[in-house]
Amino acid sequence: MEMGKRIMIAALKRSARDIIDAKELLDDLDRPIGDSDHGVNMARGFSLVLDKFDEFEEKSISDILNGIAMTLISNVGGASGPLYGTAFMKAAHAVKGKETLVSSDFVAIYEHAIEGIKMRGKSDRGCKTMLDAIIPAYEAFKSAMESGSSLTIAAEVAAMAAEEGVEYTKTIIATKGRASYLGERSIGHQDPGATSSTIIIKAFADELAQQ
Amino acid sequence: MVGIVVVSHSYQLAEETIKLSLQMAQSELTVINAGGTGDGSFGTDPMKIMDGIQQAESGDGVLMLLDIGSAVMSAEMAIEMSGVDPTQVVMANAALVEGCIAAITTASIGMTLAEVQKSAEEALLYPKVTTE
Repeated sequence: MEMGKRIMIAALKRSARDIIDAKELLDDLDRPIGDSDHGVNMARGFSLVLDKFDEFEEKSISDILNGIAMTLISNVGGASGPLYGTAFMKAAHAVKGKETLVSSDFVAIYEHAIEGIKMRGKSDRGCKTMLDAIIPAYEAFKSAMESGSSLTIAAEVAAMAAEEGVEYTKTIIATKGRASYLGERSIGHQDPGATSSTIIIKAFADELAQQ
Repeated sequence: MVGIVVVSHSYQLAEETIKLSLQMAQSELTVINAGGTGDGSFGTDPMKIMDGIQQAESGDGVLMLLDIGSAVMSAEMAIEMSGVDPTQVVMANAALVEGCIAAITTASIGMTLAEVQKSAEEALLYPKVTTE
């Protein structure tokens, strides 16, 4: 299955709505190990993203992703602004000129986005960040694709791996961001950034499953 | 003269830090408050910081004073987007208040970007409490 612009827009809108719906959950997760604003910051950014879809309709997939990046960079406020902004900007670059996306394009999106987040956050897997959801999702997606799964199945497998990644963040010490001040006391809490990343990955899987 | 950009999660914190530091200024200099987000809440905004860098750059370079966490990430992004020569925009590895006082003082007497950066960073080493 290919993903044309119409489905891509639907998946991005669903991601934005799901992030907005999770505002309180993300704030609650950010309270014990952060500054309780991940939900409100992400919801502010993605509400403005939703407002832009009227002007996005005419644009290419790459330009839409860039438009989302710029909106998040300007409006999110916390570290998630530059991090998600960089991820969407790199994703835009990965699919420049494409009118429809196939599984290998999503592999490229994952690879570029992960590279961007690592560079911007000077982070990697195991630091209790969004990468602990996104990297397992990428690996699961890629191996599903390589074993011949459809885009829909690969997206679903990726979402499950991301959810497992979120569970894993409960078991480790935060070494990045303000949560790192808490040291061992950060154990037992799931990472808000890994959670918001999983919401977006899951929204794509849900949208594809519904098509 | 070196321009100064102050990035805090709080606009007010940056504003008061600048006011306090300007007491030591020996001449007029450009100090930009790029703290807080566009809507006035706590946080940092790469676009606001980028505008600050562009306003502060007059040919002698810009030193940035930062508080915590995403201030650094937002500042890095702002430098990349600003189009200003990245060797001319430097983030001080300094404490916000101490670094700002040192930077504004040394910039205001015409020191170079490297010297202003050094003074801001060394302000961390200046002992506050000494045990006899």
